[in-house]
Amino acid sequence: MQFFIEVLVGGLLAGVMYSLVALGFVLIYKASGVFNFAQGALVLFAALTFVSLQAMGLSFWLSMAATLVIMVGMGVAIERVVLRPLVNQPPIALFMATIGLSFFIEGLAQMVWGTEVHGLELGIADEPFEVGGVFISKFDLFAAGLSALLVAALALFFQYTKLGRALRAVADDHQAALSVGIPLQHIWAVVWGVAGFVALVSGLLWGSRLGVQFALTLVVLKALPVLILGGFTSVPGAIVGGLIVGAGEKLAEVYLGPYLSGGIENWFPYMLALVFLLIRPEGLFGERHIERV
Amino acid sequence: MQKRLLALSLGLVFAGSAFAAEQFVPVPSYRVGPYASGGAKYYGGMIDYLNYVNLKEGGVGGVKLAYEECETEYKNDRGVECYERLKKKGATGASAFNFMSTGITYATMDRADKDKIPLMTIGFGRADAKDGSVFPYVFPLVTSYWSQATAKIQFIGQRLGGMDKLKGKKLVNLYHGSAYGKETLPVLEAMAKKYGFELVNVEVPAPGTEQQSQWLEVRRQQPDFVLLRSWGVMTPAAIKAATKVGFPRDKIISNWWGGSEEDVIPAGEAAKGYIAGSFAADGKQFPLIQDIEKTLYAQGKGNLSDTGSIGTVNYNRGVVGGVMLVEAIRVAQGKYGKKPLTGEQIRWGFENLNIDAARQKALGISNMVPPLKTSCSNHEGSGYTRFMQWDGKDWKPVSNWIPADRSVLDPMVKASAAKYAQEKGITPRDCSKEK
Repeated sequence: MQFFIEVLVGGLLAGVMYSLVALGFVLIYKASGVFNFAQGALVLFAALTFVSLQAMGLSFWLSMAATLVIMVGMGVAIERVVLRPLVNQPPIALFMATIGLSFFIEGLAQMVWGTEVHGLELGIADEPFEVGGVFISKFDLFAAGLSALLVAALALFFQYTKLGRALRAVADDHQAALSVGIPLQHIWAVVWGVAGFVALVSGLLWGSRLGVQFALTLVVLKALPVLILGGFTSVPGAIVGGLIVGAGEKLAEVYLGPYLSGGIENWFPYMLALVFLLIRPEGLFGERHIERV
Repeated sequence: MQKRLLALSLGLVFAGSAFAAEQFVPVPSYRVGPYASGGAKYYGGMIDYLNYVNLKEGGVGGVKLAYEECETEYKNDRGVECYERLKKKGATGASAFNFMSTGITYATMDRADKDKIPLMTIGFGRADAKDGSVFPYVFPLVTSYWSQATAKIQFIGQRLGGMDKLKGKKLVNLYHGSAYGKETLPVLEAMAKKYGFELVNVEVPAPGTEQQSQWLEVRRQQPDFVLLRSWGVMTPAAIKAATKVGFPRDKIISNWWGGSEEDVIPAGEAAKGYIAGSFAADGKQFPLIQDIEKTLYAQGKGNLSDTGSIGTVNYNRGVVGGVMLVEAIRVAQGKYGKKPLTGEQIRWGFENLNIDAARQKALGISNMVPPLKTSCSNHEGSGYTRFMQWDGKDWKPVSNWIPADRSVLDPMVKASAAKYAQEKGITPRDCSKEK
């Protein structure tokens, strides 16, 4: 039982880390109805910028602030150069644009900051502490707390601010939002800026765990089943989806893995997500669309 | 007009002869993409050595080395494209290909055999390519995955105070969920049978960014050591996950793919004490590395923009790659003459390498690699592995060169090569007739 609890707790905490990456996707999707393929590249770029600035002698907080400015600037530039010309185009056109953007940002990151790998210490030891025989990582707890804070802030922002409501309106219908005077371009620039901030937080936490290197782009693979489960438009959904995926994949790996020759952790969450799709296509918290035929 | 034609003709003849006097070396590098960090250093080291030989000796036997880089990004399709683009370059075609990628090597193996161009697979595989009677153009020089796996077990035996102490011990083999990761499973199982230890295999799904459940399983198993067979991001992720479950890092023994600065720096403090295998020692203490710095970098002719990378693990591996190739060309020139040689002729050079202690001293690489002597039946030439430990700043050697367990491996190599020959319809060469 103790081992089961340890696997479960570890899975839930890992799930929160997945949620953090999923949040970036949710933000963009909520504002533009587009699945942002470049989110992984943004995570890499943010983390690489942060550690490179630190390596140049900037303090932690100054590097953080400078990176945030760069990421917001990048968000604005993406809106101007990539998205603005595609207003009112089918979502697939925007999706394709983010694929191109992904390769561009990956190349840009390596061109500007080099190909070296970097270590990243956030000052939180990854040593475990014991509660009733169960090992819990201090770092994972910190990451969970930070993610919870971020989710709460974003949920409040979307629900109760004028800008948040405007974002939801844009997500529903670009043209209708424009017709009632919502400045679409402005909204998109803001949301890409916020996504850049989320990418920075994800990049710092994941970079601290894996090192800041190209492989950070791969962490998005863990976010996809989270999105399917939680819904592409729900911030709390990203958290709940992350928890289900994290706990599900760890328990499956430990208890089902030995019967299926092991290594099932990668595909199990996708299978779980597929089952959910059959029952609830819009995800746990996604908006249900009813269209007239 | 006639003078102009004469000048043009002379120019063409001169250009032709200059071209003909060069030995072409393809450099299928990866300096962008996920593995650029290690690739840039490796191929930087290799190119530095080629330039060093040109500057210091005027080429090999008076034949200048010409090279061309082609970016593979560590992708199989790009690797094959580079192979096809470069194989016929130069007066006599490509000397040999050194992809530093298991995937690209496998994808080009049949082509290289047909085109008669050697493939250098230093440190990896396939391991059964040691048998040159079946694999005439593949050279897993120094050590293969299989050799290294047996060396790992012997190293653990040394740490425990003798191979007999392995009996009853428990080892977890934490492996990358890929063909690469699974390649050593039969070897480790054979070693477990021979020495009486319990082997628990735990797969980490590729790419290995998340290893929570695997390390909880490790904690549950309470092993004496963890054999890590990692690649790329799996290594720092494993080291960090080991910290989370309180597993001591000096009980993790990795293979050489997990043994460079790129593998431990991302893990930070957690990597202190971690141990990995090696086929080429790092550092600037070797006369060759020092002379490369003096001859190339002091003159602004070095390949790397970051001189801090000189002497790192991957840089030195690249230099060793260059040394092996140049030595093969040099040996082949002894038989075929001091002129640009074909891949087929250089293959003979690879098959007759003898980089013993005296030759290593002459090259300025004493003890950087183990002594190596190849033949038709032994394309590996050595089989030795050394282990090193990360102290937080540098790799420190913690063993001598440990030989492969040939009693376990030789029958496996023979059986695997024979199976490959049967599948491909290859009639093995008679090595006793090779001179």
